Amino acid sequence: MTVKTVKSLNIDIKHLCRVEGHGDIRIRIEDGKLAECTWAVVETPRFFEVMFRGLSIEMAPILAARICGICSISHSLASARAIEQALKIRIPEPAQKLRLLAMHAETLQSHSLHLFFLVAPDFLNVPSAIPLMQTHPEVVETAARIKGFANKAADLLVGRSTHPMVIKIGGLTQVPRKIQLTELAKDLDATIPYLWKALELFKKFNLPDFVRETEFVSLKGAGEYPFIGGDLVSSDGVSRKEDEYLAMTNEYIVDFSTAKMTRLSRESFAVGALARFNNNYDLLHPKAKGAAEVLNLRPGVHNPFFYNPAQLVECIHVVYESKNLISELIDSDISEFSSPHTVKECEGVGAVEAPRGILYHCYRINEEGKIENSDCVIPTNQNNANIYYDLKKLVEESVAQGKGEEEIANLSQMLIRAYDPCISCSVH
Amino acid sequence: MKYLGITLKRPKVGFFDFTGCEGCQLQIANKEENLKDLFGLVEVVNFREISSERRDDYEIAFIDGCITTDSEVARLKKIREQARILVAMGACACLGGVNNLRSRFHLPDVVKEVYDGHPIDTGPVRKVAEIVPVDIELPGCPISKPEFEWLVRHLILGIKPQFPRYPVCVECKQQLNSCVLDMGMMCLGPVTRAGCNAVCPRNRLGCWGCRGPSEEANLESLMEILKEKGFTEAHIAERMNFFNAFSGILDNDR
Repeated sequence: MTVKTVKSLNIDIKHLCRVEGHGDIRIRIEDGKLAECTWAVVETPRFFEVMFRGLSIEMAPILAARICGICSISHSLASARAIEQALKIRIPEPAQKLRLLAMHAETLQSHSLHLFFLVAPDFLNVPSAIPLMQTHPEVVETAARIKGFANKAADLLVGRSTHPMVIKIGGLTQVPRKIQLTELAKDLDATIPYLWKALELFKKFNLPDFVRETEFVSLKGAGEYPFIGGDLVSSDGVSRKEDEYLAMTNEYIVDFSTAKMTRLSRESFAVGALARFNNNYDLLHPKAKGAAEVLNLRPGVHNPFFYNPAQLVECIHVVYESKNLISELIDSDISEFSSPHTVKECEGVGAVEAPRGILYHCYRINEEGKIENSDCVIPTNQNNANIYYDLKKLVEESVAQGKGEEEIANLSQMLIRAYDPCISCSVH
Repeated sequence: MKYLGITLKRPKVGFFDFTGCEGCQLQIANKEENLKDLFGLVEVVNFREISSERRDDYEIAFIDGCITTDSEVARLKKIREQARILVAMGACACLGGVNNLRSRFHLPDVVKEVYDGHPIDTGPVRKVAEIVPVDIELPGCPISKPEFEWLVRHLILGIKPQFPRYPVCVECKQQLNSCVLDMGMMCLGPVTRAGCNAVCPRNRLGCWGCRGPSEEANLESLMEILKEKGFTEAHIAERMNFFNAFSGILDNDR
């Protein structure tokens, strides 16, 4: 069989669907050569860094949530943590545990939304999850059960799954009653079988065969798979303290995108489920490791389409970890959940692993407790350059393999979707 | 579909996001257990966040986010021409929302600071009603799914929805919550339109006014009470300006 390479090709996708926010793909091939290949974020900026300026610190976690409708709990927590680090506030242990539990609920909610609603339609050949209600009711049922549990947990722990109310500087505004935690544990147990159903579904999907070596950046787990605070690490061997985040991100501006890009040891790096998995595999729950094996996912994987199996592995991890956390909370005194604070002139950084990767908030606070300056570095910003270089390689290889325009357009969209970009968040 | 022997129309609807966090759209995609029923009542022809299908024959348009660029203005006007009913959804679309916090600063300086001189398409923050006529405003940050479903039922039956005009306090008292104002927290519940089931005071946060002012909101009296409790005028103004809910009623300068 002879491979006929495409001589010319023009792909122009405006406002890529089934992703959060607005991004365009432009691919042009002339005389068999790649003339243009861009992933352009065209989201309109909201200038959150400016919005924070002059506000009382108490307002920061509430405003931070509004950066993103999907990962508002992560933003709220990164914001509260940055201020707590600045003012050297130690939050009580029950509050730490409940915050982590809320993070787990968000990870589960966000990953399952992405896997079932945004990714699965590609593999089941439908334009959206809506027709799945007729064609694959069992898939929709599985998604509804998993997401339903995650939403219920967030409602109980932080008030609601989008724009939480309970996270405040120093801890939480309130804690659930033990009887509610017991109910939550029961719901969790009833959810577990659906996770294994999800595993059965996703293991059948044939992921595109594509590899591009990259650097993976995440929090470095100390004793447990990391979600809130700690040291920063890259798979190329860079290690930094949380407040040295700027040395990890190195943001720069390109003229075709309103989202900034980042680099570290190479031209680009990647964050998110696959980065956490690759950098902290040993700390995963045994059940999650078992799921990884079923999905053919091993640490050190450099195929970006494996972001999706890594997300499912993390869903299983957070559910089993949540089970332990809930029983610890039920068995302990949780009456202390907030520490007082006094304001002073200071600066602090909060890093958390949001569903799409490591997220940093940094604030400078004046002696009146007002925010003088702020900086937020979003996971999708950090992935943008990596997506850009992946896309280039994917298109070049596809052309060389003789793939047609439709297939290349399809693969390109699936690649970007695999990263689960959160575009409005990245432009903020 | 029939209801009480009457054949109901299944209107074509579109969802369109502008400058915002997309949290309002997420509320609709959320709570899948009744999504099937909801999508049985309406035909979704345009919802980019969750579907690759895009058609422009919608009768009802749901708009979320505020409007900041010329291209957004043009897109919104085109949607208005097509839609029989246009719904502004969420605090950004209805009020401008938190985005207005940036309006305290000179926009060219803001762009220069964040993008270091790179050309960026942006403009002043405007709510949807500043650009096109809005038929219905669905308030909240984010909107609540039950209220959205309630609105959809009204639209299908052709009944004009009547949103609560009384303040959040009414719903808070109905739930027998302890009053967070009495506990010493700031709360805008006495002057904010109800319909949220007092979800923030119930979670010990106090109300931030995301749904806009209630009817005959007595701001002066609330200011007096808050000052008696030791809050400064600047602190109260900061809270009231957060969602831009009381602009025009309150001096924006701090």
